[in-house]
Amino acid sequence: MAGTAVRGRLTWQVATVGAVVDETPAVRTIELDVPDWAGHRAGQHLDVRLTADDGYVAERSYSLASAPGEPVAITVERLPDGEVSPYLADDLRAGDEIEIRGPIGGYFVWPWQEIVSPLLLVAGGSGVVPFRSILRHRADLGSTTPTRLLYSARSLEDVIYRAELDVVRNGLEVIYTLTRQQPPSWPGRAGRVNDAMLREIAWLPSQRPIAYVCGPTAFVETVATGLVGLGYPADRVKTERFGGMGGG
Amino acid sequence: MSPISRGFHGRHRDATADTDRVPPGQFVTTDFPVLSAGPTPYTPLESWSFSITQGGDTVKSWSWRDLQALPVEDITVDIHCVTRWSKLDTRWRGVSVDALLAEADRDARYVLAFCDGGYTTNLPIADVTGGQAWVAFGYDDQPLQPEHGGPARLLVPHLYFWKSAKWVRGLELLAADEPGFWERYGYNNYGDPWREQRYAGD
Repeated sequence: MAGTAVRGRLTWQVATVGAVVDETPAVRTIELDVPDWAGHRAGQHLDVRLTADDGYVAERSYSLASAPGEPVAITVERLPDGEVSPYLADDLRAGDEIEIRGPIGGYFVWPWQEIVSPLLLVAGGSGVVPFRSILRHRADLGSTTPTRLLYSARSLEDVIYRAELDVVRNGLEVIYTLTRQQPPSWPGRAGRVNDAMLREIAWLPSQRPIAYVCGPTAFVETVATGLVGLGYPADRVKTERFGGMGGG
Repeated sequence: MSPISRGFHGRHRDATADTDRVPPGQFVTTDFPVLSAGPTPYTPLESWSFSITQGGDTVKSWSWRDLQALPVEDITVDIHCVTRWSKLDTRWRGVSVDALLAEADRDARYVLAFCDGGYTTNLPIADVTGGQAWVAFGYDDQPLQPEHGGPARLLVPHLYFWKSAKWVRGLELLAADEPGFWERYGYNNYGDPWREQRYAGD
C-alpha cells in the first residue's frame, strides 16, 4: 500500500494551487495540483516549503484533507503568531506555485488492521482535518464500520466541514461539542470533552474499537488518558498532537 | 530552483539567527511542545525498572532507587525536533548511558530503546556512548513530567528528538540494526538534524 513506509527519497516538487475554499473565518482548504503524486493513505500528511525572494525558506507539515484518489488538499488554520499558516490562509491564490513533498507518516492512518473495528474519531479544532480524509475514504470504500466522530469546536462558526459532516452516511454519527458559545436551542453538546462525555459517546472496549484522537496537546492528553481509563488498550488509541509528528 | 512565494517574508528569522546552533529547516521555540504516539503512560516508580537486554535475556536491571544511586549528571543541551522546533539550553538531570553499559559489560553494535506504551527507536552504539546519551529523569530542576517522557526518557540531543525515547524502560543490545517505531513509518533511520535527515532517503 502506498506510503505505508516511505521507500526511497521523498523529493520536493512544485505544486500549483487550485481551488481555495474558506471553511471558517480562520480556516481555509487549499487544493493542490501535484504532477507526480504517488497517492496517499487517509490520515497522512505532507510538508510545505515557502521561499522568500531573498532565499529564506520555511517548512511546515499539514495533514491531508482529501481521501486517497482525490486531488491533494490541505486545510490550514491561521495561527496568530504563525509563520507559514498566515501566508497559506491569507495570501495564497489559485495558480500560485508552492513546493511540497509527501505523503508522510504511516501511523495515524485508517484503515488499521481490522477495517470492521468500530471507529471512534475525536477531534479538537482543526484536528478534524485528517478525519475528513478518513471519513471520505470510508465512504468511498462503502464501509459500514460503525463510526462516531466527536468534534470539539469553540463555536458553531468554528466548525470546519460542517455541511459535509452534517450529511448522514451509513453508520456514521457526528457529535459536536461547543466549548465557548452555543446557539440558542443548540441540540448538541456543550463544554470541553471530559471523562463523562467520553463514557457516553465512546464505543465500549468490549466492542474492540479503534480510536483516533487529533488536536492540541492538552486536548489529546485529556481524551487519550480518558479512553485508557475507560478500558481502551493504549495501542488502540492513536494520537496526533499539534506540534507533534505531522502537526500543522 | 524553488518558486518564490510572492509576498512571503518569514517571521522567525530573528529567532533562528543563531545559525551555529540551529540546524537547517528548524526554528527556535521557547515552549516545550509535546510529541508522542498514543496515550501517555503512568508507571508508578515502585514498579519501574530499567533493563539492558540481549537475545531475549535481561543482562542487567536497575530499580528506580538503583538508578538514582548511579553517578547523576547535570546536562545542558540544545534539542531539535523533526517537526522543526529547536529549543536551546535545555537543562536535564540523568545518568549517562556509558555508566549503564559499563555495568552490563556486553558487546553490541546497535541498541533498540524500548518503552512503556510500546514505542521503540534504534541507535548505533557509537551514538549512545562517549558522553552523548543519558537516561534523564529531571528537567529544569524538577522531576521529568509524564507528558515529556517521565519518569525517565532517553536523551540523545545530537539526533532528532524522536530518538530521545520517552518513557524508556531499557535498551536491547543488537548485532544488526533494526528499525524502531517511527523509523518503520518512513522517518529517517539515523536522524541527524545537521544533515536534515527527516525522512527515509534524506
